[in-house]
Formats: sequence, C-alpha cells, structure tokens
Amino acid sequence: MKAKGFVHKYGDNVDTDVIIPARYLNTADHKELASHCMEDIDVDFVKKVKPGDIIVAKANFGCGSSREHAPIAIKASGVSCVIASTFARIFYRNSINIGLPIIECNEASEKIDDGDEVEIDFESGVITNITKGESYMGQAFPDFLINIINKGGLLNSLK
Amino acid sequence: MGMTMTQKILAAHAGLDEVKAGQLIMADLDFVLGNDITSPVAINEFHKAGFSDVFDKNKVTMVMDHFAPNKDIKAATQCKQCRDFCGEHSITHFYDVGNMGIEHALLPEKGLVAPGDCIIGADSHTCTYGALGAFSTGVGSTDMCAGMAKGKAWFKVPSAIKFNITGKLPKYSAAKDVILHIIGMIGVDGALYRSMEFSGDGLKNLTMEDRLCMANMAIEAGAKNGIFAVDEVTLEYVKDRVDREYKVFEADADAEYDEVYDIDLSQIKPTVAFPHLPENAKTFDEIGDVKIDQSVIGSCTNGRIEDLRAAAEILKGRKVAKNVRCIVIPATQGVYMQAMEEGLLKIFIEAGCAVSTPTCGPCLGGYMGILAKGERSIATTNRNFVGRMGHPESEVYLASPYVAAASAVTGKISQPSELTD
Repeated sequence: MKAKGFVHKYGDNVDTDVIIPARYLNTADHKELASHCMEDIDVDFVKKVKPGDIIVAKANFGCGSSREHAPIAIKASGVSCVIASTFARIFYRNSINIGLPIIECNEASEKIDDGDEVEIDFESGVITNITKGESYMGQAFPDFLINIINKGGLLNSLK
Repeated sequence: MGMTMTQKILAAHAGLDEVKAGQLIMADLDFVLGNDITSPVAINEFHKAGFSDVFDKNKVTMVMDHFAPNKDIKAATQCKQCRDFCGEHSITHFYDVGNMGIEHALLPEKGLVAPGDCIIGADSHTCTYGALGAFSTGVGSTDMCAGMAKGKAWFKVPSAIKFNITGKLPKYSAAKDVILHIIGMIGVDGALYRSMEFSGDGLKNLTMEDRLCMANMAIEAGAKNGIFAVDEVTLEYVKDRVDREYKVFEADADAEYDEVYDIDLSQIKPTVAFPHLPENAKTFDEIGDVKIDQSVIGSCTNGRIEDLRAAAEILKGRKVAKNVRCIVIPATQGVYMQAMEEGLLKIFIEAGCAVSTPTCGPCLGGYMGILAKGERSIATTNRNFVGRMGHPESEVYLASPYVAAASAVTGKISQPSELTD
C-alpha cells in the first residue's frame, strides 16, 4: 500500500480549529467540510490541493478538539497521507478510524519542503522524497492498521 | 512493578490483573457521551455499519450543547437527528434545550459519572471527569459509534506524569491559574499520549469544581487523561449524586512515573494564556496594557457556581467598561437556578453583563459572542487557537473568572488587585 503526491508543508501545533473551523461544524457532509479544509491557516489550500497530495507538518499535528470532521475534511479534499513528527492522540486515532493514513517521522518532517514530490510505502515505513532524492524511515504500519486503511475505516474493517 | 491510578482502572475494565504502559487492551465502558456536533457523525456510521441497538440505553448520553439552542437550520437538523436517534433507541439520558447544560458540567452534576469509571466521549474535554477519579478520555465519532454499539473501546495503556500538589491557593488565584501554569511549564504536547495524575496533601484545598477545571484542560497539554486521587472531597461530592455502585482505585505506592512535578499552590499567581496556544501563559508582571472588546465567563472549564460566585464578587457594585461586552453563561440549568437564588444574576445584569442560557456557543466560535476581525476577548474558556472565537484575525486570552471579571470592568486585561473602589 502506497501514497504518492506533492507536499503542502505546515509547522508545529496545527490544531483542529484551523483544519476545519467550528463555524462549519453544522454539517457532517464530507464534501462541504473539504471545501473549508485548512481555511484558517492556508486560505488557498482548497484551490491548490490535488488528489493524492500529502500534508507534512511538525509536532503535535491535530491538537485540540476531538472533531472527526478534521481528518474527514483532509481525506475528502483528496489528501493521501499526513506526515508529522508527532500527532495529537485523538487526531491519530480518528484518522486511522476513518481510513486516512498518517505516519510519524521526525526526519521527513524536518527535511521535506513545500512542493516536494513524496512517496510513502506503509508496509515498510519508507518515505521517499522524489524531488530531493532522499529517503526517510517512518514507522511501518502493522497489518491490522493496513487492513483498517484498505477497508476505508474501522467500522468497515469490523464487518 | 506497581501501576498508576489510570493503569489500575484500565486493567480492571479489561479483565486483567495487570497492564503495562504501551500495552493494547480492549476495555468495557461505563459511559459513552456525544454532543450535537459529534453525535450526528456517529449516528451516520451507526446506520452505515448496520448496528441495530445501543449496548445499554442507560449508559449512552447525547447532550445538545454546542450549537444549541439551535443557532441555524443546519444546527437544528443535527439536533433533530440526535433527538430522533435517542427517541428511537429509548436513550434514558438525552439532554435537550430546557434541561441540558454544557456536557462536562452536566454529567458530574447529575451523578452520571463516578470514581473508578471508564468513560469515552466524542468531545476532547471528556477528560474532565478525571476530577472524580475516573478514567475518562476524548475520542472521535467512530469510536463513539463503536462504543455505543458494543460498550467497548480499545486503548493503548498510557504512562503518566505525576503532579504532587501542596499548599493552598492565595486569594484571587484560582484552579484555572494552576492548570495554565502547568501547561505553560510542560507545553501543549508536554503530556502527549500520557496521563496527568494529580495527588498530594494540597488536594484537600482544592474543591471538586477546582479539580473539574484542572482535569478539563489536561487535553490542552496533549494528555490522554487527567486524574485526581479520590479523597473525602470526592466522596462528599458523589454522595448524594451517584446512585449506583462504584469502585475507588488508588495508584500503587511503587507506581512508575515518567516525570514528577511539585506544585505549591501558595506560589500560583493570576495567569493569562496569550494567543494562540494555551501554553503561552504569562503572569501579570509580564502583561502590559492589553485592551479587550469582550469578556466571556462560562464554558465547561469555568461555568460552574463557584466560578460565577468569583465573577460576581468582582462585578458587585461595579460596571462593565464602555465598549466591552461581558457575556456570562451558567454551564447548566442547575447552576443557572442557583446563581439566580444567590442573587448573582442580578449582580451581573446590574453590572451590564449579558446572561445566557447554557451553551458552549462562543468558546468554539459557534455563536453567542463571535469576534470581528481584530477584536480581542478575555475568556474563562480553554482554547485560544487561531479563529477559535470568530474571525481568524481575532484573539482569545484565557484566564480565571476573577481575571475575566476584573478585565471586563477595566476594559483591559487586569487582575482583581488593580481594581479600586
């Protein structure tokens, strides 16, 4: 299982309020949530993002609220993976549960720049920076996580 | 090796004699919570997954507090979806407008959560119930859905940081100042994936409302849960509220902690967290003239009766400054009623405050006090992220009810000692 795309790069402590501002939480519609994804940190994100793109950030990505709308908005905007040096725990759990692959890797978080083309192999945990010709070692996904992601989320994987 | 308080609760709910940090377990749940924002997503998943019923109609609750009373048609639709689901499944504890309150003030007040419980809630501030000596943590809607259906959730057993509390708070220092001080010290990811365990002989000087305020903000340090040792204050609080069996757990004497911090309450000063992270904690020697447009007194952090008493003590006989909006939001109908009986609402209204029915409203930028571009609010809420209370270029400063009330009077961020009669 792999993801490949171009990178949108952010810093530390990207919180769920900037990923999907609460003023848009009066809906659970995935497309509508995606249309406001990252709005308060990067107003052009929804115009720039293409299917398969990757978000790379620094520490504590997804901190704040437990809103599952945050990983839903990211996934529905076409993003194929989020890489960060660390994730806030509820966001981590929610992302896996809805089938958005996310991976922790400090080196990748440091070295990947905005616009780089990157490929992630979830079975091995290898993150390849195609633009820079580098690779970084993230944490490989255990089989049960691969299964959840492949099935499109926790509940589908339980069926 | 001994276990922390959290580990002992998790072991008991997983049917195990012992658990270790890092271990993955499946635990039985005593209570599952959702609100009008997170429940609709869980309900959609519940139907998609083809579940027929909830695991226990007495152990699932939905509280309509975030965008209720309904702020718009979409919010009304979401509340209706929750109402219909709870009706269809005969959910005992469904809280709607008229009897609802802010979930994390309401559940302890109603005696629905108890010491030793294992609780999940689709709201990050579910960690509040750790004040009662429960393991309680925020999750997303998918976990809520699975919890509603099966009464179980998986957890990675956390390690813990211990906070050894001593001493007594000085006049006009509050529990909010303690937790802002701690978050300032360890950072917004200082307790990431871990428990924050509070114990020590200073606990006797913290009321249950103080503890609820502190446990509430454990998530702002990235913690999985915050938890307080159970003592006489806890037992006194639950005595007339909880009418079911519960079990008190204590950390083992030889439990291992990643770190131990000593917190002397007598050294805690009024503290304000500057934009845009709760870790940007400053005491008044570092705060210059910061003018405000609004003061919000309420939320799951500081909307309880002791908070309103503190605000009223400051506002009594004084007036809210010209060009400042002060919005007071009792957290539950019970708090509202008591504030009325104690004459606090009269004090607020005479001072020029708006007093609202319970709602999370402005705390998450929903409604009932949204900020325009460039505006600033001091607030007794829990988050000051970019755009949290409105426009992405507005600012939120977190503080205690004393400071929020004093600031409303002066029109700039102030502590009570700055007020002269």
